[in-house]
Amino acid sequence: MRYLVSVIDDTSNSATPDEMTAIHAFNDGLKADGHWVFAGGLAAPGTATVVDNRGGEALITDGPFVETKEYMAGFWVMEAPDLDVALRLAAAGSKACNRRVEVRPFL
Amino acid sequence: MSAIDVHEAIGLVHREEWARIVASLTKRFGDLDVAEEAAAEAFAAAVERWPADGVPPNPGAWLTTSANRKAIDRLRREHKRDDKHREAQMVYGDGPSEPLGAIDDDRLRLIFTCCHPALAMETRVALTLRMVGGLSVPEIARAFLVQETTMGQRISRAKSKIKAARIPYRVPSAEDLPARVSGVLAVLFLVFNEGYLATGPGTDPVRPDLTAEAIRLARLLRALLPDDGEVAGLLALMLLTEARRTARVSAGGELVALDEQDRGAWDPALIAEGHRLVRERLAAAAAGAVPGRYQILAAINAVHTSARDIRDTDWSQVVALYDQLVRLDPSPIIVLNRAVAAAELDGPAVALAAVDGLEDTLSGYHAYHATRADLLRRLGRSDEARAAYDAAIGLAGNSAEIAYLTRRRDQLGS
Repeated sequence: MRYLVSVIDDTSNSATPDEMTAIHAFNDGLKADGHWVFAGGLAAPGTATVVDNRGGEALITDGPFVETKEYMAGFWVMEAPDLDVALRLAAAGSKACNRRVEVRPFL
Repeated sequence: MSAIDVHEAIGLVHREEWARIVASLTKRFGDLDVAEEAAAEAFAAAVERWPADGVPPNPGAWLTTSANRKAIDRLRREHKRDDKHREAQMVYGDGPSEPLGAIDDDRLRLIFTCCHPALAMETRVALTLRMVGGLSVPEIARAFLVQETTMGQRISRAKSKIKAARIPYRVPSAEDLPARVSGVLAVLFLVFNEGYLATGPGTDPVRPDLTAEAIRLARLLRALLPDDGEVAGLLALMLLTEARRTARVSAGGELVALDEQDRGAWDPALIAEGHRLVRERLAAAAAGAVPGRYQILAAINAVHTSARDIRDTDWSQVVALYDQLVRLDPSPIIVLNRAVAAAELDGPAVALAAVDGLEDTLSGYHAYHATRADLLRRLGRSDEARAAYDAAIGLAGNSAEIAYLTRRRDQLGS
């Protein structure tokens, strides 16, 4: 079972060096325990571009598809047998990156 | 057996067997929805057949067999092949990592799943009443004053989330257990309080169906977790509160304060059961166990229910217990309740000073104004008391309490 753990942020500040150290240590733990699938930090929402090719001609627009105060600053994709395990990992991840996270199951 | 007797028998079996049947079906089929529907169909079949065929010698076994068959029928109808279905099954473990006494009951798994912290509180309450309590969706909707369709959606959304996010069907690990038990207790206490302090102009001031259901679920939890002090504490607290239920509201629908209640109308059997549990926890505390908030609240209620009348109440004991509670949970509501008890020891002026200090946090809470009103009345400060009664009446939601506060206000001298 896979879970998307999104990092919620409302500032454009990247992780501090201390936070990066904690995130690396957390990631090492995920890998060692077989929970790691993928993870990454994302550039600010202002760098996003929206593409709509539903009409046959790709329409390109500047900016994120929805303007919000809070946005996804990064994410993990984790392997976990059930939500209890995913929540425990997410709690440790939230502590490591010093931000709130959202846990959402893959279909 | 008459038709009425058969229906009574079905009601009894429903109360005793519903949770067990839903729990065992959930374990077997890995799906709450299938379990709930099959259990409901089995009971519907009993209602249809038992009046003619008679109540079977082992009603629980009859219902379990019938529900199992109905679940299999449904899964066949949906063309779910065995392997595909197994894939979608809920995850369950065979038990906690450390044994919880000798008890390993599927109903405990069911309770922890329904009260999972990833579900909203109102959802946990609804799901627990449906899956564990066996209340129908319309009954739960009526209890919480929402539309049936809204309640139905709330419950089916919860079942979808449990399935999609894989909320496990498992007793939590020893490490998580205290926090998770406390989450379950919060659900049961909310159900009890909704019955005991029912809100809304159109509702009865007390809803014994809800208090009785909360006590029934707390007794079940107590049977499943006999060594948990807070489970015992909450059950004792409910019993000692419920024991005073009939004395607490007058025939005219007005709240009767503790000092005016007819103590002869209190239920001696519930008090004896509650006192036994409190004594058990006091013995555990003497042996070094640290009591949680429900145990302390139960002990406070044991002091009240041990007194012949209000003057006979051991107020210093009550205040000492509130002090213990404040150390555990220094929330303003606890401080307010401590002040009410302290008024009996130190007088209303001292208590009023303590209560006035809570204005910033509690000015939107009716009990804050009701407490001030009573203390001001006792101090002879009628004008201020009247204003405080007005504020309390404006904020109170319980019809019996509003009637009581209104009478007290109208009796004030000038």
